[in-house]
Amino acid sequence: MSHRLKTGGRLIDRSRDVKFTFNGKHMKGFAGETLAASLLANGQTLLGRSFKYHRPRGIVASGAEEPNALVGLGKGDRYEPNQRVTTTEVFDGLTCETQNHWPSLDFDLLAVNSLVPQFLTAGFYYKTFLRPRAFWKHVYEPVIRKSAGLGKAPSPDARDPDSYEQIYAFCDVLIIGGGIAGLQAALSAAETGARVALWEQTAHWGGRAPVDGVTIDGQDADAWVAATIAKLEAMDNVHLRLRCMGAGVHDHGYVLGYERVSDHAPGTDAPRHRLWRMRAGQIVTATGAIERPLSFAGNDLPGVMLASAVRDYVVNYAVSPGQSVVVVTNNDDAYRTAIALRQAGVGVPAVVDARAEANGPLVAEARAAGITVLTGKGIRKVKGGKKVTGVEICRIDSKGTAFTEVFDCDAVAMSGGWSPVVHLWSHCGGKLVWDDTHHFFRPDASRPPLGADGAGFVRACGSADGEMGAVLMGAHEAGLAAAKATGASGTPPAPATDQVPDMAPMDAVWMMPRNAEYDLRMKMWLDYQNDVKVSDVQLAAREGYQSVEHTKRYTTLGMATDQGKLSNINGLAILSDALGQPIPATGTTTFRPPYTPISIGAIAGGATGPVFQPLRRTPLYDWHAENGADWEPVGQWRRPYTYIRAGEDRHKAVNREVTNARTNIGLLDASTLGKILVSGPDAGRFMDMLYTNMMSTLKPGKCRYGLMCNENGFLMDDGVVARLSDDAFLVHTTSGGADHVHGWMEDWLQCEWWDWKVHTVNLTEQFAQIAVVGPKARQLLERLGGMDVSRDALKFMEWSEGRLGGFDARVFRISFSGELSFEIAVPASQGRAFWDRLLAEGADLGVMPYGTEALHILRAEKGFIMIGDETDGTVIPQDLNLNWAISKKKDDFLGKRGMEREAMVHPDRWKLVGLETLDGSVLPHGALAVTGGKTANKQAETEGRVTSTYYSPTLKRGIAMGLVRHGPNRMGEVLEFAGPNDARIKARIVDPVLYDKEGAKQDV
Amino acid sequence: MKHYSAFAIAREAFRQHTGWGRAWASPEPRKSYDVIIVGAGGHGLATAYYLGHRYGIKNVAIIEKGWLGGGNTGRNTTIIRSNYLQDPSAAIYEKSRSLYETMSQDLNYNVMFSPRGVMMLAQTEHEKRGYLRTERANALQGVETRFISPAEVKKLVPIINLDGPRYPVLGALWQARGGTARHDAVAWGYARACSAMGMHVIEQCAVTGVTSENGMVTGVNTTKGHIGCNKLGIVVAGHSGALADMAGFRLPVESVALQALVSEPIKPCMDVVVMANTVHGYMSQSDKGEMVIGGGADGFNNYTQRGSWHHIEETVRALVETFPMISRLKMLRQWGGIVDMTGDRSPIISKTPLGNCFINCGWGTGGFKATPGSGYAMAELVAKGEPGPLAEAFSMFRFREGRFIDESVAAGVAH
Repeated sequence: MSHRLKTGGRLIDRSRDVKFTFNGKHMKGFAGETLAASLLANGQTLLGRSFKYHRPRGIVASGAEEPNALVGLGKGDRYEPNQRVTTTEVFDGLTCETQNHWPSLDFDLLAVNSLVPQFLTAGFYYKTFLRPRAFWKHVYEPVIRKSAGLGKAPSPDARDPDSYEQIYAFCDVLIIGGGIAGLQAALSAAETGARVALWEQTAHWGGRAPVDGVTIDGQDADAWVAATIAKLEAMDNVHLRLRCMGAGVHDHGYVLGYERVSDHAPGTDAPRHRLWRMRAGQIVTATGAIERPLSFAGNDLPGVMLASAVRDYVVNYAVSPGQSVVVVTNNDDAYRTAIALRQAGVGVPAVVDARAEANGPLVAEARAAGITVLTGKGIRKVKGGKKVTGVEICRIDSKGTAFTEVFDCDAVAMSGGWSPVVHLWSHCGGKLVWDDTHHFFRPDASRPPLGADGAGFVRACGSADGEMGAVLMGAHEAGLAAAKATGASGTPPAPATDQVPDMAPMDAVWMMPRNAEYDLRMKMWLDYQNDVKVSDVQLAAREGYQSVEHTKRYTTLGMATDQGKLSNINGLAILSDALGQPIPATGTTTFRPPYTPISIGAIAGGATGPVFQPLRRTPLYDWHAENGADWEPVGQWRRPYTYIRAGEDRHKAVNREVTNARTNIGLLDASTLGKILVSGPDAGRFMDMLYTNMMSTLKPGKCRYGLMCNENGFLMDDGVVARLSDDAFLVHTTSGGADHVHGWMEDWLQCEWWDWKVHTVNLTEQFAQIAVVGPKARQLLERLGGMDVSRDALKFMEWSEGRLGGFDARVFRISFSGELSFEIAVPASQGRAFWDRLLAEGADLGVMPYGTEALHILRAEKGFIMIGDETDGTVIPQDLNLNWAISKKKDDFLGKRGMEREAMVHPDRWKLVGLETLDGSVLPHGALAVTGGKTANKQAETEGRVTSTYYSPTLKRGIAMGLVRHGPNRMGEVLEFAGPNDARIKARIVDPVLYDKEGAKQDV
Repeated sequence: MKHYSAFAIAREAFRQHTGWGRAWASPEPRKSYDVIIVGAGGHGLATAYYLGHRYGIKNVAIIEKGWLGGGNTGRNTTIIRSNYLQDPSAAIYEKSRSLYETMSQDLNYNVMFSPRGVMMLAQTEHEKRGYLRTERANALQGVETRFISPAEVKKLVPIINLDGPRYPVLGALWQARGGTARHDAVAWGYARACSAMGMHVIEQCAVTGVTSENGMVTGVNTTKGHIGCNKLGIVVAGHSGALADMAGFRLPVESVALQALVSEPIKPCMDVVVMANTVHGYMSQSDKGEMVIGGGADGFNNYTQRGSWHHIEETVRALVETFPMISRLKMLRQWGGIVDMTGDRSPIISKTPLGNCFINCGWGTGGFKATPGSGYAMAELVAKGEPGPLAEAFSMFRFREGRFIDESVAAGVAH
């Protein structure tokens, strides 16, 4: 049974107890350790159930590569599924529960899957569940879904109470990984004067070296690490970050860092996670290596662990995974574990070494310590149900039909060699090369990820570079080269010397025994979490899923939450063997960011809730809010749809507003309208290209309605242009289109007409703009006084500037309602005061604000088009009978060529008309007129559609506009529109202008 | 070809699964074929399948530069729907959706088509009017959709936040018969069926040139030598421009990387597919339990099949707003696929300036859902030399003529 050792534990503080609960059971650990160490210290080896077979599983690893020991952490709004216990620092009050079992961890009924593994082979689900067809949706899939998944989902109503932070940062050299190689690289880079950042994903500097007994200049690695950190901390040009993982390397040296700021100390004011968005000149990956498991039957039982992990638990946390631990290996490194266990007083019945001979210094040391070493042997199978009870040994070259020895033990430490962590090297295109000595892929320094200058921007050092001996000199060189590549010129002192024992070569044993029979292969796990076994990969190869990507996808190898950190190379080796080709010919799957999963909260950062897409408020926003505004999102603005008064519904409120604007005075907050200043000597020429009509001939003081099209000739935006002076125009755009139109202008000016002398400024938010609409509008403005707004002084489609009622005002005499109407722009800061003044002065004239829906109805009654209703990106001005606004004199404008194409001038295009239902009802939105015929694809044939439809309180009936084939030539004809529930609604084609056809009301 | 069934699995279980043969053969190319399809993704394989199945043309090679299904077929977010606005789109996507319904049985390969329902949220009045319009159009196109209320949305998606501070949910366009399928299985199932008909699926064979005589195609040069053909179908998505260049014509297509990501797996919490176009994000939960998330395409043309970052942040923010409970889940993996975008965001199934050379491309961000329908229509074009009614509107020459099929009207988001 796993247990706490009486002495040792370099990272724990025995004086500080930490209390936590596991599946409701109270447990105790020590400060400084991971939850994994605490659980093992409490004798808890069973920690979860696998994905497919619900096999009992325990801790395999000691770090980010852990596939099995995932728990649900925390409660309520702070509950988080799938948390690795190996990377969770234990803290007081931590609560966790195991996952993926029913009804309990110890007794999981779904483990029945495990009894029939011969049926649930790789991809079995592609071959079955085929009939009856309806069963997939209603029976098979629901059952599969329920048994799949891992952690429980958070509650549907969960609201994450924690905060997340994002930060941009820059450095010359970013070093990822704070083991001794990373520390040395950082030091050497920093000593050149380069700005250096160093990230370490765990809570401690130094990595594996202190655990492995590496000495540096004759001292313990710990001493060197402490001294180096002290040096780095004293340097201004160095930024150190613990608990910060390099998550992804993107183009141009853009690196994501995932800092778990307060996961280990919840309840503080700090954000939970911080996402670093680092732009690094050069990157050095010192990300270490991950030990590989060995494939033998029963290698997934709780108690079977990586040898390096066993060593970590013993040395760092004074925890032994068992009383008696058999070590199985194909290399020298695992002997360190045997020695560490023996030194800690834990029984090591044997080291089982697959190699024919084992003679390195570490082997000699183990033998000298009295440990039995069996060579040329492997584990035939692990004995036990929910935990290890022993191992059967066999000759490595056999089929494993019989055992040669049996050992009782309660844990197994395995080592199949190491794999450099090449993820960050590979994210952005760094290539790998196969190393025949160590049997792993390592970075190919001749094919690094390339920057915009065609030079590499990532280097690897230490074991991440495949260096399994001394690393400091290589790290020094990598740090120095990276700094030089960013232009640094200083010369750092020579590095210290790290001493590591010689290691004999490993043997490429991927499966033990080498010729294992099917029954054994069926119990050799490659991917623990996803339950992929050696036999599955072999089956995939046999069935032709031979590309490594096919094998992965067919078997799900490497697709679990550890993304194959333990399983990939072993799986590749089995696949290559099955295909009879060398491993490099098989290749690897693609390494994708992030290195380990990162929280969605950190990706979203602070921009959630009210600050997700910042709300834009007009200067009158507060007034609207206080006066019953029924809000409508328009782009990032909110506009009042209508102002609802006591006893009204939406419909009544809208009708009241429309009627009042037609009889008294309506006020509209038009501040959201885009206002873009276009100025410069070439402004006229630019405006002529931008608009379909001629703008350069517009006289200062005048306004003109204009249309903007895209290159295809489709109508994009419309609005009134005011010429301010010979070289300045004020462009009004739609509310939703302002930013797009401004971007559109800049696109043309910067990319195409870069030599034109034109300057644009988006002034939308600088002005409050208020439309004063209705027969009594002039009366109100005259009361304010200060400007002559009489019919002759300020004609229709003119503007003037002055002091209106003491406000700085620009008054436009334009109308989007058909009524006498002024749009008045005042500086944003004076907007509210001006609005209040209008309301006060006009109280007895019946002044009343109206919202966007009344705006729509007023314009529809008058037959004015609305961008986004009458247009949808497929409509050209001619479709809307706006030919008058298309200049025939201009050689060119945006969209001119587009609208000359065959289909654009075709007589069958649908054109704008008014529509009136025969019964006065309101046509449904988007209703289509049907001919009664069918298309070649058996769809109902249509000949028109409704683009806008409203109830008109002025006409007291439904009104609509629509596009109809040959529409303007079919006045009076009755069409049949298809409504909901197969209803057919008859409507007559009429003139779209339904109110004041002569335009008498707006020109008074 | 061995028939797949529960019984077959049981029988194999007793002989250690040694009886399973290759799902598709791996032959050396012949000197020439009646038809060569370039591109063994879903669309290319479906084209070949229907050439054999509907027109009896079985002397066919499907040539793939990498591993089959390795392009967008194996990278997409697997959404299947047909609630399109324009008639030609609705016709081909609905044909496709209906073919998905029986695909597992037709191919004897479980592609796990899951008609769990797809909804597109309306979060502005304008968007709502747009979906009402689509609903009306769909009713006439034979596509079953319905605009549903916020309460109905909540009932179908308990984890949704209806009252986001920014964009409240005003309803949704709901297609109950839309859903998802297992993307790899679609390619594998077709490859197996094609192979069973005697067609050659040739992987790891890159086309390096297109040969022709007198304006008619004669074959392709490949890394395995010249292979002759009477007819050539180019079905290569993101690399269509490169192939068209070899065939001597230009395409109105741009290629960009589309971004996607998945979370770690969790127990079922969302049964349907939700698309939120105003905030730009969509999400579904795979059978494995991962939340499958997609969003925008990179803002610049490129061929790197890599994940870039800024769109991921935008997409995830949008989805945290829509589904606040995902905040404490974790992103497992992000990736990119190269999508070929046309000017009107609708595909091309077309004759080309080169005789007997046909092209199928431009599916942009939504090609997976079209896989069988696209193959069905393309097979008709290749077999007859003229487009049938499904393909007719999708000529590559429509841009010159101004005959757009603009779906951006209805769906401004990738899907």
